[in-house]
Amino acid sequence: MLTVEDMHVDLGDFAMSGSFEVPSGARLAVMGPSGAGKSTLLNVVAGFQDAQGRLLWSGREIGSLPPAERPVSMVFQDNNLFPHLTAFQNVGLGLSPKLKLSKVDRARVMDALARVGLDGLESRKPAALSGGQQSRVALARMLLRDKPLLLLDEPFAALGPAMRVEMLGLVKDLVTETGATLLMVTHDPDDAALIADQCILVAEGRVEPPVDMQTFLADPPKAMRAYLGT
Amino acid sequence: MNHLTLAAGLFLGAGSALAETPVLTVYAPDYFGSEWGPGPAIETAFEAECVCDLQFLTGDVMPRLLLEGARTKADAVIGLNTDVTKQARETGLFAPHGQDTGDLTMPIEWTDDVFLPFNWGYTAFVYDNTKITNPPASFEALLNSDEDWKIVIQDPRSSISGLALMLWVKSIYGDEAEAAWEKLALKILTMTAGWSESYGMFTDGEADMVLSYTTSPAYHLIAEDDDTKSAAIFEEGHYFMAELVGKIAGTDQPELADQFMDFILSEAFQSIIPEGNWSYPAKLDASKLPEKFALLGEPETAIFYSEDEAAALRDPALEEWLSALGR
Amino acid sequence: MALRAGTVSVWAGAVSAALVLALTLGTLGAVVWRAEGFGGLGPRDWGYVRFTVWQALASAAISVALAIPVARALARRQFWGRSALITVLGAPFILPTIVAILGLLAVFGRTGIVSEVLNWAGLEPVSIYGIHGILLAHVFFNLPFATRLVLQGWLSIPSERFRLAASLGFSASDVSRVLERPMLRDVVPGVFLVIFLICTTSFAVALALGGGPRATTVELAIYQAFRFDFDLSKAALLGLVQVMICVVAGALVFKVRLPSTSGVGLDRVARRWEAQGLGLRIQDSVCIALAALFLLGPLSMIVIEGIGGLFSLPISVLEAAWNSVWVTVVSTVLCMALALSMALAVSRLSAGAGALVEGIGFLTIATSPLVMGTGLFVMIFPFADPTALSLPVTAVVNAAMALPFALRALVPAVRDLQAGYGKLSASLGLSGFAWLRWVAVPRLRRPLGFGAGLAAALSMGDLGVIALFSNPEVETLPLALFRLMGAYRLDQAASAALVLVALSLMAFWVCDRGGRVNVDG
Repeated sequence: MLTVEDMHVDLGDFAMSGSFEVPSGARLAVMGPSGAGKSTLLNVVAGFQDAQGRLLWSGREIGSLPPAERPVSMVFQDNNLFPHLTAFQNVGLGLSPKLKLSKVDRARVMDALARVGLDGLESRKPAALSGGQQSRVALARMLLRDKPLLLLDEPFAALGPAMRVEMLGLVKDLVTETGATLLMVTHDPDDAALIADQCILVAEGRVEPPVDMQTFLADPPKAMRAYLGT
Repeated sequence: MNHLTLAAGLFLGAGSALAETPVLTVYAPDYFGSEWGPGPAIETAFEAECVCDLQFLTGDVMPRLLLEGARTKADAVIGLNTDVTKQARETGLFAPHGQDTGDLTMPIEWTDDVFLPFNWGYTAFVYDNTKITNPPASFEALLNSDEDWKIVIQDPRSSISGLALMLWVKSIYGDEAEAAWEKLALKILTMTAGWSESYGMFTDGEADMVLSYTTSPAYHLIAEDDDTKSAAIFEEGHYFMAELVGKIAGTDQPELADQFMDFILSEAFQSIIPEGNWSYPAKLDASKLPEKFALLGEPETAIFYSEDEAAALRDPALEEWLSALGR
Repeated sequence: MALRAGTVSVWAGAVSAALVLALTLGTLGAVVWRAEGFGGLGPRDWGYVRFTVWQALASAAISVALAIPVARALARRQFWGRSALITVLGAPFILPTIVAILGLLAVFGRTGIVSEVLNWAGLEPVSIYGIHGILLAHVFFNLPFATRLVLQGWLSIPSERFRLAASLGFSASDVSRVLERPMLRDVVPGVFLVIFLICTTSFAVALALGGGPRATTVELAIYQAFRFDFDLSKAALLGLVQVMICVVAGALVFKVRLPSTSGVGLDRVARRWEAQGLGLRIQDSVCIALAALFLLGPLSMIVIEGIGGLFSLPISVLEAAWNSVWVTVVSTVLCMALALSMALAVSRLSAGAGALVEGIGFLTIATSPLVMGTGLFVMIFPFADPTALSLPVTAVVNAAMALPFALRALVPAVRDLQAGYGKLSASLGLSGFAWLRWVAVPRLRRPLGFGAGLAAALSMGDLGVIALFSNPEVETLPLALFRLMGAYRLDQAASAALVLVALSLMAFWVCDRGGRVNVDG
């Protein structure tokens, strides 16, 4: 269970605050108008953005931990892979930052790659992989890190609609298998409906507590209406 | 047991033999470190006589001595120039050389008992005798000549030979020195920081004449069998420069240092100078000079300032020089 | 809830910065301490300062002004030998001064090629000696470097913008106004500053070609104060003045972005639809040809004069070359370590602190090597034998002298690296040596290569602080060259000079190329 207490971020001409709880195993979409601070919220949870307030995971304070030590795994909008390393090495980094992999580790890497459908592509560098394949490598790494909380920041925005649906399906499967909690930023309500059962609204400097997805989409709050066009 | 004692004895014996070779540290200017300079031959010759290791420490001699002061590692210093002895003397670091300077083969009398000359030369303008067939016979002739000769000199503020030229002009022209410089300025192509760049420009043909030494043509005559370079000899006389050796008073090798000072005027040392340093040895009979040295021009008069005069004249002469040339 | 800063890199950077400070202001302080205070400066000395600043301003202005059309031409045109020419653009900057002077004289001097051509054409020969000679020499040294820096600016304009300009029917002058001039406004001040600083510490060039005592720079005055007057206090004060010039100039352009020298993408040529006309082609070709001639002329003379005696060089010169290579390797590694640690620190610190660290890295451009050498001597002498330390000290000083250029290559690249992959590295727990090994060094190969190349070439040709620290047993190649000249052996000196130039260029090419081969994304 993720607890955010009295969070307040002040970035000069932009401020954001809120408190909410996310139950374990929940799948949440983070939505809101452009520039509202959706990515900022994820950055706060992941540890890339300083903020006031308390951040707790299962009752334990994680607010002062560096990003790698938090129970969080994050996939960014871009630059998820190191272009000079192979797919295998990129995934391997998820197990050991020094890339010192035992035989068991290597087998695990190959398994993860197979799970996301990249069998046989492990020695390719990102430039030799398509956009969808690159996303899969990132997901394979996420799988290996096996952290309880997954943060996705519009990771499939650059992919075509069919590919996006496929990737979201993959994410849903992985999350179900591992029982992880998911927070995903998306600007597309259809994508949100596909994968999430609850929704957090970030708008006008406030982070609202999670709301059931269907309720949200059936009767969106005023701040979202203009954005959604309803 | 016996083998061990023997081995130990040998080892200790060898060790002590090594430990006994004393080291004589002599500070010297950079050219002593060059394999084409006099350094290597002098080192070999001296080490044959003494039971020691002669080490030249090359670099800027005066600044180093002044920086180190009484804690200097030097036992002796070689390569000081006659125009800067005052500063050296004032350090109080030097002891009398203890040598008899009565019968030196130099054009002037040497009475200083602290600094001992080991070689000397005259500053002169060197030219290519295939290009200039009517060289000036006097400084006055050079200044007043209509010829379009281009001379390269060295800056007196950064070069010892440049300083010598400045004092040379001062000695010939006295109060008229500034006017003399103004005339000479018309022929000066440029001035360089050191002697090497000037001489390089001369041999490249860029300049017709270069400020150098009367002995410069000796190199070309002997090493290159080339007789196209000559030095212009002036009737007013040429400025005399000598290089000196001094013994450090606080040396930790007093006997060796004395032995070195004795060695300086010995024939073994002096005979290295002509072709090692392309200058005249301070004490070597003319018959023992290389043959081709006889082909060099020799001025009749040697002009020389005592160290006090040189020190006193330097700044005013520099002012005149700057005024005349810095139009 | 905080992002923990990379404290190790900040500490490493701080240590490096402290070392550089010790080598620059520290040595100055040592000299002042030994001199027991600062001396005074007479009106003549202020005249030297004025001249120094003036000729540096003029040299920088001319270099930059000429660099712009040449860089524009290079950015627009693709031709055989373009890549080689761009590499050779690095050459004059790294030549030992004395070699370059003789090369310049061989072309522009009284008996040089230009004079012969003018004579043959019946025209008056032009004398190189005078203020214009100094400017010519400085431009020779710095124009190629400036061209390369400005070229980088040109190549940083995304090719998409040129496509947009073409689709809107822009003419060449429209492109110039809308695309190129904003870029130049951004890049040129920084280039100007770097060249200006380099020219303020000029010494031998100013004297040899300036023709007279009017052409006296602060550096020469320092030289005189040290070696002839042994007036340490005056030398210290002049050294301080030189540093102040650097600081003031830096502060004046503080807001300006300094040019990056990472060498990224120099081989790319963007398609330029507006520049296809014949008139512009001719203009560009002329610019490139003139620049190439200007550069290659003196360089070829050096080759011609030296190649004859190349195989009869004495063994000692080859030994000296070997020593130089060793010192260069050590000095380059040290320089890159300093530069990388400082660049990493700059990227982690706040803007003000980062600027301070970068500024410290720049101090060595304006520091007189004489002051540095003497200060080091004063600091070392009470504790150790300076002669025994001569090679290590030379390596350290050479590393410090090349540091500003390596920093200029690394700082923007590290910044880009952090912006691009900082979060990814942090989220994977990739830090410390693992991060250096798997992320930083591979991604920074190009600027590391270029910086190392510059450091290696500069170190190879530098006499360093030989004056007080020289060890007669071990000589470096520049010293061997100097000694050959001093022993009248000028033909052999010319060959040694050729070896020196060849080694410097090779060192540069090896490092630079190593950084550019097979770089991904």
